[in-house]
Amino acid sequence: MNASLINYTLHLADNALTIGHRNSEWCGHGPVLEQDIAISNIALDGIGQARNFYQYAASLSGNGATEDTLAYLRDVIDYKNLLITELPNGDWAQTTLRQFLFSTYQYFFYQQLEKSTDRQLAAIAEKSLKEVTYHVRWSSEWVIRLGDGTEESHKRLSNAVTELWNYTGELFIPASYEKELIATGIAVDLSVIQPLWQQKVSNVFSEATIAIPDKSFAQQGGKEGIHTEHLGYILAEMQFLQRAYPGAEW
Amino acid sequence: MTVIPNHITETEKKIWSLLETVTDPEVPVLSVLDLGIIRDVKVQSTEENNFKPIITITPTYSGCPAMDVISMGIRMVLLQAGFKEMEIKQVLSPAWTTEWMSAEGKDKLKAYGIAPPQYKQAVCTPDAFQQEEAIQCPQCNSWHTTLISQFGSTACKALYKCEDCKEPFDYFKCH
Ligand SMILES: [Zn+2]
Repeated sequence: MNASLINYTLHLADNALTIGHRNSEWCGHGPVLEQDIAISNIALDGIGQARNFYQYAASLSGNGATEDTLAYLRDVIDYKNLLITELPNGDWAQTTLRQFLFSTYQYFFYQQLEKSTDRQLAAIAEKSLKEVTYHVRWSSEWVIRLGDGTEESHKRLSNAVTELWNYTGELFIPASYEKELIATGIAVDLSVIQPLWQQKVSNVFSEATIAIPDKSFAQQGGKEGIHTEHLGYILAEMQFLQRAYPGAEW
Repeated sequence: MTVIPNHITETEKKIWSLLETVTDPEVPVLSVLDLGIIRDVKVQSTEENNFKPIITITPTYSGCPAMDVISMGIRMVLLQAGFKEMEIKQVLSPAWTTEWMSAEGKDKLKAYGIAPPQYKQAVCTPDAFQQEEAIQCPQCNSWHTTLISQFGSTACKALYKCEDCKEPFDYFKCH
């Protein structure tokens, strides 16, 4: 039970950290200053949420684990983030579409997690939900603006949909450690949020004049530690300092 | 808003007044009491007949880098006041809201050039392209202002511009 709860908490932490790291890659490279600041703020929210989950996972694990050892000293096979969070940023259309698909998921997810029988997970969800509300709003505006924009922006958004859609199925497939926690009311029942997510995505896509792909193949494995080749590169960069200078502090 | 409880001991009173001097490093006109992030102050007697303050704080945003500096600031004033031991605890629930900011704090923000959060908070929803909140320019008091971005120079602010005096300004946004 405790092992499952730790794995589940790490899964939530890894999601937030990985997408936070990806978004932070835009810092200094955003298309205009205001949007550079926006995506950097969204990155910061993600990393902050990750810290709350890591701190909780560390307190459950004991053995000298800290938020830093969990973020910086675990390898690819230990990471449990959804594959969609680790994919490269691509262009602005791909980044904002990924943010929309993932933030919309997080929005409905945290609404349920707020009711978790685990009080700390519920508290982190309550806190995070307020931030994610802004992310959904910002990213859906970009999806609509690009989809219903120029020929070029529509084409880029369509390409991004093709690129990312196969990674959305994984959002709703429970991992082994997740199933028993759903039964005890700790974890979110993904079948509850799937229709809400589909409804919101379909509304925004229709405003964006983008069709929802009908194929349903789901790339999966991230939640169980089986990742794309991209996560290794993220960790190589993110963990370099702690690997080279163990225990270094800011 | 931080309500300082009645019926408190002299030591607790002293701690509350010390907290009044700890400010937000990013918005230095606001004390931690103005911000509404102090959730509880307790005092424990220690074996050496000393008092150990236990302060409970809540973050404004999950990733707000000011929180660590604020905790350190609280520790420093307590040490300077002669407390030897202390504990600073962080709670996440109930989640911080701009409604907890004091009326004084809002006035100080405006005088500092940042539009304060609305007294009656607008509901934050995820809907795209919603009607913007009407925010008053802190420089010239005009209501003729436009949202530039929901994300500003720090996590807690949005960026606006005034159509009358043409100045951009920060708005301490609804949360
Ligand atoms: Zn003005």
